Amino acid sequence: MPIKVRFFASLREQIGQAEMELPSDGVATVGDVWAQASAGAQPPAEVLAAVNHTTAGLDYPVSDGDEVGFFPPVTGG
Amino acid sequence: MTIKLCAEAFSPWAEIAEYERASLEAGAVGACANFIGSMRDNNEGDAVVAMTLEHYPGMTEGALETIEREAVAKWDLLGCVIVHRVGEVRVGEPIVLCACWSAHRKAAFESCRFLMEELKSRAPFWKKETLASGETRWVERNTPGY
Repeated sequence: MPIKVRFFASLREQIGQAEMELPSDGVATVGDVWAQASAGAQPPAEVLAAVNHTTAGLDYPVSDGDEVGFFPPVTGG
Repeated sequence: MTIKLCAEAFSPWAEIAEYERASLEAGAVGACANFIGSMRDNNEGDAVVAMTLEHYPGMTEGALETIEREAVAKWDLLGCVIVHRVGEVRVGEPIVLCACWSAHRKAAFESCRFLMEELKSRAPFWKKETLASGETRWVERNTPGY
């Protein structure tokens, strides 16, 4: 199963799309997902990520069928 | 424990009254603390006329439920509620309600503050403002709560 990648808020606007699917071949971590999804662009210094709706660092492992979200610092409330 | 995301304007007072009616025994409650955040007409020196609240469906609800569970584990609560707006918000409308009920004020005050501060730093919501000039901009960070 592919990995589902989602972008939110200002990051979605910078990347130019809300979501995409990536083949899981050669993708081991959240950082690998970012590299493939952003065509090698450096992640913004304050980028946050989540795997299957749980906050995760760039070195967090990902596997087939995972959903990986990328977003800027949160500003609710 | 309840969490709710609202795509339309909500009344925090009606939410509090409804939760008390449906979920609490009046005789057990000795304290209710609540926090209501609403939309200002200005930010960082600029007039703001509208705001859009984006969230991460699924993750946002999960984060709010986790924060409530942590509060219930930490304090002796009779109930707690988080209500948060999503979508288009107008000036003056409530954005967030956190309310906590307990037998005594210490647990109510402290847990309400905890819910609000944890929500601000952990729940995936993002604000995009529309200024009076027509320009739009993302709010990049929250003001400190402590």
